[in-house]
Amino acid sequence: MSAVIESHGHDDHHHGPAKGLTRWLYTTNHKDIGSLYLWFSFAMFLIGGAMAMVIRAELFQPGMQIVEPEFYNQMLTLHGLIMVFGAVMPAFVGLANWLVPMMVGAPDMALPRMNNLSFWILPFAFFILLSSLFMEGGAPNFGWTFYAPLSTTYAPPSVTFFIFAVHIMGASSIMGSINVIVTIMNMRAPGMTLMKMPLFVWSWLITAYLLIAVMPVLAGAVTMMLMDIHFGTSFFNAAGGGDPVLFQHIFWFFGHPEVYIMILPAFGIASHIIETFSRKQLFGYASMVWAMASIAILSFVVWAHHMFTVGLPLAAELFFMWATMLIAVPTGVKVFNWVTTMFKGSISYETPMLFAIAFVVLFTIGGFSGLMLAITPADFQYHDTYFVVAHFHYVLVPGSVFSIMAAVYYWIPKWTGNMYDERLGKLHFWLSFIGVNVTFFPQHWIGLAGMPRRIPDYALQFADWNMISSVGAFLFGASQILFMFIVLKTVMGGKKATPQVWEGSRGLEWTVESPAPYHTFTTPPKVN
Amino acid sequence: MFKKATASIFAKYFAGMAFLFSGNTFAAWNDLNMTEGVTAISKEVFDLHMLIFWICVGIGLVVFSVMFYSMFAFTKKKNPNPSSFHENTKLELAWTIVPFLILVFMAIPASNTLTKIYDDTEGDINIQVVGYQWKWQYKYLEDDIDFFQNLTTDWDEIYNKTPKGEHYLEEVDEAVVIPVGKKIRFLITANDVIHSWWMPDFAIKQDAIPGFINTAWTVVDEPGTYRGKCTELCGKNHGFMPVVVKVVPEDEYHTWVKEKKDAAIRMAELTTKDWSASELVQRGEAIYERNCVACHQSNGQGIAGIFPALAGSDIALNNKPRHIEILMEGVQGAAMASYANQLSEVDLAAVITYTRQAWGNSEKGDGQIVVPKDIVDYKL
Repeated sequence: MSAVIESHGHDDHHHGPAKGLTRWLYTTNHKDIGSLYLWFSFAMFLIGGAMAMVIRAELFQPGMQIVEPEFYNQMLTLHGLIMVFGAVMPAFVGLANWLVPMMVGAPDMALPRMNNLSFWILPFAFFILLSSLFMEGGAPNFGWTFYAPLSTTYAPPSVTFFIFAVHIMGASSIMGSINVIVTIMNMRAPGMTLMKMPLFVWSWLITAYLLIAVMPVLAGAVTMMLMDIHFGTSFFNAAGGGDPVLFQHIFWFFGHPEVYIMILPAFGIASHIIETFSRKQLFGYASMVWAMASIAILSFVVWAHHMFTVGLPLAAELFFMWATMLIAVPTGVKVFNWVTTMFKGSISYETPMLFAIAFVVLFTIGGFSGLMLAITPADFQYHDTYFVVAHFHYVLVPGSVFSIMAAVYYWIPKWTGNMYDERLGKLHFWLSFIGVNVTFFPQHWIGLAGMPRRIPDYALQFADWNMISSVGAFLFGASQILFMFIVLKTVMGGKKATPQVWEGSRGLEWTVESPAPYHTFTTPPKVN
Repeated sequence: MFKKATASIFAKYFAGMAFLFSGNTFAAWNDLNMTEGVTAISKEVFDLHMLIFWICVGIGLVVFSVMFYSMFAFTKKKNPNPSSFHENTKLELAWTIVPFLILVFMAIPASNTLTKIYDDTEGDINIQVVGYQWKWQYKYLEDDIDFFQNLTTDWDEIYNKTPKGEHYLEEVDEAVVIPVGKKIRFLITANDVIHSWWMPDFAIKQDAIPGFINTAWTVVDEPGTYRGKCTELCGKNHGFMPVVVKVVPEDEYHTWVKEKKDAAIRMAELTTKDWSASELVQRGEAIYERNCVACHQSNGQGIAGIFPALAGSDIALNNKPRHIEILMEGVQGAAMASYANQLSEVDLAAVITYTRQAWGNSEKGDGQIVVPKDIVDYKL
């Protein structure tokens, strides 16, 4: 045993990454796995984005032009599934892998081999999901919410492959979450109490608990579907005594925490970036933590606000309306804290800060439309229209996705040792910012004016705004090619980064060199 | 041409933006906002929507003003030495409590309106609404009227072969007719997958769920034709199942009811008439176009893997009893629904005959026709 320890002490240069493909296949290094997750997520972002382009191209003008309604439904289903499970969630897991150990002063994730497994099953899950496009009967076509019985009795045969893919994604997420929780709970540097943890770590700790709580519920839902389809049960089949609404209750009991899973890590990221570029300590650290915890707890008691039109009793409608409105309180606290952090700061506007500010503003707009949607009587008009599409894209694209981009610009000097090209970064920001707003803002209006979501063709009064929305989407889509170019350019080279990287940055990850060595904090740092 | 169209679109976009920020371009209201509708409830819902909207705008103005002020006033250049404050219990309590009070202020009118909407006492007229892939069925429970509502927009318009009409995708073969000033109660359910019956002008959106009956009610005071849509993804033609309701004065409503009843008597006479093969095929083709093409396609080839081909199918060629049975019972575990209640005996016989005769099926198979009496016998 002592010999092993000795060799660690003296031969650090033997512990760099292995060469070639095996480095990535067999790696148990949190930084490698973080990079794998991030690249995988970006690939999915492009595939899901290409599907969004098909959708917007079909909606460019009224009438059917480039795809058939059947294929259109497959596109909108896969777009949703890929963006949620393939792009946003793995990106956050990738960031957690890179950052959580470095932020808490740990040498790696607590369970490195499980870490490898939880990543490497993901590509198979998405290979299975995407291969359904080439199966007889086509890919899943019932929306990412896969309401039964459209997704059971009336589904194409590929639904079985979809169910298997969802199971694998769920297993991956659960393993990832276990790893995050165990790392945070056991491997913090001496002196780092829970209330001294960086907010990104806090946001992921809460997210991981949410994931562990709800992914099994999703697995239960798809298993019940599988039973209904192949083994003659009638969980969701009214003709057999089952209940199609039960499916929605189960799905949204998973689905609502899921939307916070996709935004809580973004809160953590925004807090770090705003603090750094305001050169001022984050306002209200403790209330930020409590706000995230409250949002997470409330997320378990608001699921039926997705189901206001299914015919719930009045008491249930009132309860879920009030509970949903309550979420505005902790969310508001977070926004006020960010704004107050900037107040009397000393602010500079590098690309990560631009994305973070846009995140706060546009996420807040998405929050406002969310509050409007919570008002049940008004929701009877908004429900399942483009107003909802506008709402959740505002919280997911300039919300989650902008936060991920902000994080990439913010930490990429630490990952690669090179500064990104600031001029190109800003160009990417402005193109994305304009693209996102031109795409999604008009969707509020066409939704209010009465255009349902998930339709391949629409009445003529919606034509102008759909065309504008499509133009915005093409701009946003094209801008992401620039993002890929900027990232690749930074990986290849660029101005060398200092360990501190940003003037106002604080936290353990900024105490190691840039690029971060393959192994960091093999002896834990001391935190005061 | 394109340039001009684009220019006008961008002009509209900026008009829209200007409207959003100035709030007084009321001409643009209808294009960009929720409809006020034509019932007391829909107007209340609209007012609620506007109330919440303006509260959000107000909060947004306050928050974003502080934010934008900070962004300009506290740049690194203008304020090189940042303050160090990072906590203020009073401030934090204030911005927890004040938003809570605003929410209570919003919840009160919202809860009141919701309670009014949830009045589910009997209506003067009760109409059962049944969602099917991809049409609506209406049964007037008091008057024994029963009909389907199908999209009438031509597929050539949808596929851009002919110009699009004024009510593109919002026109149907038969509108739901209701009288003004009466309480109409809708009992909403579905036969296959979940649909959702939305009439924006009445502020009614209620999911149509197999195995459940949901209720919604309305009293409309303004005669007119109102257009809505299915708002729950229900498969391939979800975008092509509109709702049209015609609100008429009461005497006109009674005339309509009488006409519908007379038509039912004429239909009964048709059932007992002697039908020739060509008459049945001719009638059947129209029925097929309206009910079957979505899945089985107009060339009878279906879609490989999901919807079976009828052209050359053994059942359509040689197995008349099974052919009738499938139409009457549907196929368990598949998308094929029972048409026993969707189509009249005459139409069922016609459409079965048509599929046994079309696409060369008559030459390849036994060529037997089905007459309305066969269907009546099956039902016995």
